[in-house]
Formats: sequence, C-alpha cells, structure tokens
Amino acid sequence: MQQCCRMKGVRAVTGAEALVRCLECEGVEYIFGYPGAVICPVFDALYDSEIRVVLVRQEQNAAHEASGYTRISGKPAVAIATSGPGATNLMTGIATAYADSIPMVCITGQVEWKLMGTDGFQETDVSGAVESFVKYSYIVDRAEDIPRVMKEAFFIASTGRPGPVLIDLPVDVQEAEMGEFHYPQKVQLRTYKPTVEGHPLQIERVLKALREAKKPLIVAGGGLHLSGAVPVFREFVRTYQIPVVSTMMGLSVLPTEDPLNFGMVGNNGHSFGNAAVREADLVIMAGARVADRTIRDPALIEKKLLVHIDVDPAEIGKNAGPAIPLVGDLAHIFTTFCKQESRTSYQEWADYLMKARAAWMQEFKERDLPSGIDPGRFMRALSQAMEEDAVYVADVGQNQLWSCANVVIRQGRFLTSGGMGTMGYALPAAIGAKIAGPSRQVVAVCGDGAFQMTMMELATARQYQVPVKLVVIRNRTLGLVHQYQHYHYKDRYSATLLDGDPDLGYLAKAYGMDYLHLSMGKDTDAVIDAFLKDPDSSVLLECDVDPDALA
Amino acid sequence: MKRIYSVLVENRAGVLSKVSGLFWRRCFNIDSLAVGETEDPRVSNMIIVSSGDGRVLEQIEKQLNKKIDVIKVKTFDENESVSRELMLLKVRYSRENRKDIIENCELMDAKVIDVSGTMMTIQICDTPERVRSFLKMLQGVRIVEITRTGTLAMTKCGD
Repeated sequence: MQQCCRMKGVRAVTGAEALVRCLECEGVEYIFGYPGAVICPVFDALYDSEIRVVLVRQEQNAAHEASGYTRISGKPAVAIATSGPGATNLMTGIATAYADSIPMVCITGQVEWKLMGTDGFQETDVSGAVESFVKYSYIVDRAEDIPRVMKEAFFIASTGRPGPVLIDLPVDVQEAEMGEFHYPQKVQLRTYKPTVEGHPLQIERVLKALREAKKPLIVAGGGLHLSGAVPVFREFVRTYQIPVVSTMMGLSVLPTEDPLNFGMVGNNGHSFGNAAVREADLVIMAGARVADRTIRDPALIEKKLLVHIDVDPAEIGKNAGPAIPLVGDLAHIFTTFCKQESRTSYQEWADYLMKARAAWMQEFKERDLPSGIDPGRFMRALSQAMEEDAVYVADVGQNQLWSCANVVIRQGRFLTSGGMGTMGYALPAAIGAKIAGPSRQVVAVCGDGAFQMTMMELATARQYQVPVKLVVIRNRTLGLVHQYQHYHYKDRYSATLLDGDPDLGYLAKAYGMDYLHLSMGKDTDAVIDAFLKDPDSSVLLECDVDPDALA
Repeated sequence: MKRIYSVLVENRAGVLSKVSGLFWRRCFNIDSLAVGETEDPRVSNMIIVSSGDGRVLEQIEKQLNKKIDVIKVKTFDENESVSRELMLLKVRYSRENRKDIIENCELMDAKVIDVSGTMMTIQICDTPERVRSFLKMLQGVRIVEITRTGTLAMTKCGD
C-alpha cells in the first residue's frame, strides 16, 4: 500500500480510473456492488483491477455485505450502486450501517453534471436523501477532486465515531481526464478532529468513583467493538472484577459465560441484567448510547452515579445527563484505566448478581419442553456446537431476541442490525463476514419473513463460492409483530400470516445448497451436527417453530 | 430559553441545507437564521437563534459541532451580545394615517425608503426587540409585505 501511494501516475487517467486507484491505495480487496449506466465507467475500470467485485442481487444487500465485511475485517468496506433506483435501494443499507456506526464508503453513480437538477432519467438527489443518516456526503463535480475526496471519505468513515460516507459521482466526472494520478498521503480537514485521548481529570474522576462504589456496573456497547477496545476492556474488567452487562450491539464484548458477564440489558434483555442496572450504584456506559431499547427510562439511571464514555460528545447527555462525561476513544481510555492500580472488592455485589443469573439458568433448564422446537434451546445448542471463534449473525425479529437471550459466544462475534432493526440483514451480512474471514465459521439465523426479503443473495453466495450456513426459523408468521398483536391488539393478526410461502427444500435445491429440516426437539443435536459438519458446503436448515411461541 | 449560535462553516454548496436539515431532523427550533460570507471568502457565518430547554440547547451545540462542514460554534445569550435585525415593510397608507406612520418612523429611527401614491416601504434596522415594538406600533396600519433578515449578532467587544 505504501508503495502504491508513492507511485505517481505516468499518464492522464479518467475520474473512474483514479477512483479505482484510490481504492487500491486504501488496500480495498473487495467491493460489493451492482452496476448501471451511470456507474459503468467505474465498473469498467474495476475490470482491470485486482480488486474483486461481488455482484449482489439487490443494492441494499451491497451495503449489508459491506457491513458484515467491515465488522469482521475491521476495514471500511465499499458498496457501489448506480443512480436513481440503485442509489435509493442502497439507502436502507446505509441507514442500517449508520444506526450501528459501521464504517463504509458508498459510491453512487449520478447523471451527468449538466443534467443534475433536471429530473433526468434515473436521477435522484441521493446525497440530499441520505443526509440525516450518513456521517458525511460528497457530490464530486471535478475529476481532480476524486483522490482528495476518497482519502477524506475513508478517513472520516473509520475515525472518531465511525459511520457510512457517501460519494455521489456524476458519470461525466467519471469519464473526464484529470491528469496525473497522485493519492494524497494525508487528509487536510480543519473541521474534523475527533478526540482520542480522554481528559486526565475526567479519567481520574471515573477511577475515584470506582474506588468509592459498592455496586459498580459497566454497560458495554458496540463502541467497544468498533474501537478495537475488546482485549483491553476484558483485561480491565477482569483486573478490577467489575460486573458487565451489554447492549445488543455490545454482545460478545465478553464471552457469554464469563463470570463477569450478566447478559443483555433493555426491554428484550435478561431479567438479571436489568436487575443489575436497577441495583447498581455506579453505572458506566461504555460505547453505548442511552437508547430507548436499552434504557427505557433515562431518568432512573440519572439518579445513580452515571459515567458515560463515548468518542462522540453529542451522544453524551443526549438522552441522559451523566455526572461524569468522558469523551475519547474507548481503546485509548481503557488502556489508560488498565495502567492504574487495581482494586478488587466488589465480591459481595458480584455474588449477588451471580445468584440471580444462576436462578435464571435453573429456570431455563427446568422449562417445559415442547415436543417441537424450543427456539431458545435450539439457538443455545447451535451456538455451543459452533467453533470457538465463529461468527453468529442474527437477523431481526423474534429470532433475534431468542438469539440475544440464548446464544453462547466464546471468542467469536455476534452480529446483528441493532439500531435500525433491518429485516433481511443476516444473510447478506453473513456473506460479507465470510468473505472477510474465509477460515472462520459463519452462521446466519433469520426468520421466514426476513429470509424472503434478501434470499436472492443465495445466488451471490453461489456465484462467488461463499459457503453459507443459513438457519431459517420457520413459524409461518411475521413473529415479532404477530406477538405484538397478541399482546396489544387482542390477537387480531392483521397482515402477519405468511401463507403462500415457498418450499424451502426446493429453494435450497434451486440454489445448489444442501437442505436440512428440524421439527422435533430430540433431533436437535444430530441436525446441528450435520449442519455444521462440512465447512465448505452451503446448507439451509429449516427449523420449525410454533407460531405462538413468544420471545 | 433563547440562545444565539454563531456558526462558522465552510463556504461550500450544500452546507446550508446540511445545517438546516439537522434542525428539522432533530426537532430543534429555528427562530431565525441568517447566513453570509465572512472576511475569508472560504468561510460563511450562520447566525441561528433557537430556543428550548437546557438539554436541547446543549444538544444543538454538540450536533452542530459534529457536522464536518462546521468549523466553529460560538453560543451566547442575547445580553452577552450586540444584535441587529433589518426589516423592510411595505404598508398601504391613507391621508388620515400618513402622518402617524411617519411620526412612528421618526420615533423608532426607521426610514421611508420608497413611496408611491398609496404605499410606502419602511426600513428599520435595530435590536430584535425594537423591531418587534415597531411592528406593534404599526398595528392599525395595513401591511402589504414584510421581509426581515433574522437576527445578526456578535459577542460584545469587552476588553
């Protein structure tokens, strides 16, 4: 990459060629995309590049695949689409990435510069449309600006609080010649300087609060994954012996069965995790926004000593005013914390929490077994049978809540669409994750509703020989809304029954996948074993679940 | 609570829409917004007057700072600043009220800058409060058209 950046072009290049050279300089190995007339110059330039193009089957999935790729590789991935419908299809994926602060660079073709604003064929104002859910957006009107814009885009997407950046490129700018190519070594952005180091005084205040607390609790959020803080975070909580709960995005920051892990919080969280938040005297939110699904009543945690650590100052005090705000990069801050003298005397508090957790486990074990499949038990068994560092990608809906509550993660990752709750995320994200980590086991679990939103990506997986392990939880309803209608609309199941669903066995066959069907609890272990056995085969596992099962 | 935000931004296409879009999307009020180039042509200054409770006013500042095109945000109360608003108003006058109107203009340091047989255009440039008072004084007069700049403000010199 270094060498590439030093290499100056010897001939004039077009905007599209420059763009591809920028991608190469950034070390991009894959792009996820879907072509169209006004992005053709870029795809043409990609034809001569070492960068591999993954042709998705619908643009939204380009962003989801990029998201899965980013989250496993740690590098911002790239999604490319054409103007108009291509760009608007991409938008749901961009919003999904934004809500979970996933860094990515999205490039859209645009009609010719001189046609912009005339409602030309396939023209949409995509940069205007995405403005409230991108970290930044560009419309590039001169080919010469492409190297600077690309350098800035990757920098902005991946630093500070990460997020998607959109670059809208008119087709004539892609075609225009721009002289010698030179990729800038540095970005020059006078207005963008994210805080990295935490303020020493605030750090001291947090440590003092910890020394004085009797019942401290850390709420671990997705920010810990994003900043690469997980190893140092684990070191810190284990040295200090501080109990941890996590948000949905923070799952897998600590292994599920770590003694200090007290589950997930929020309205879909574990009872013992929520009890821990209620009873703690010091709550440290680390890389977690005080989101409505995590903390239903911010006023309650404001009554405790609240510490909020985040790289985004605007997140602190947005929903709850902390007593001690601490702005900075989490990896940096927890490294600083680790350098402090350790102190461990929260044993009584930890013992108390452990009892609550053990009681829940006991209840789980003693729960009456249905003759069919108990989804929670199935997911627990599946995750336990998975490899140590496997990636579990949960979709959205009831299946997501069952996954969150029951999956056992050791050194692996748990991926899901947390903030946006985008149905259909799991399959494309799993494909992206598998491309980023081909040696890692990746399993996607989705419901039969979500499956039909993105099942076309099975073709993408087949085309690029990405082995897919996909579980479709089948209850022939849109389960979470169905459940909501049960509780809040007197069982009036308006538009939540999936009559007319396809036969998944035939579908698997159509996409060249193996097919397994699980309908009896007693077969669980054997079917999971067959499902995971061959790392190179794509398998669709249909798992029947009672439509009235509640999450 | 009212608060004035003096926001230095990159003078580029689309920035005004990005900043005003932020107010809309986060349900912040805009009481007024005025934009103009600064001494550096690459930089514009936006003066935004907003209102809300303490948390909202703090969020406005933080969210503005988060915008990548925003160079600097200064925020202050009305009493910490000097502020002016320019208003032009076109009124229909009659023989009976013509004198009254002109008298009111003199009282408030407003000027008649255009006139015809039935209408006149008045200019007032004063503190937002005095501009409001002037409007009140003209209550009985038939106003045809109003245009105002919104508040422009700067912190006081203070040595």
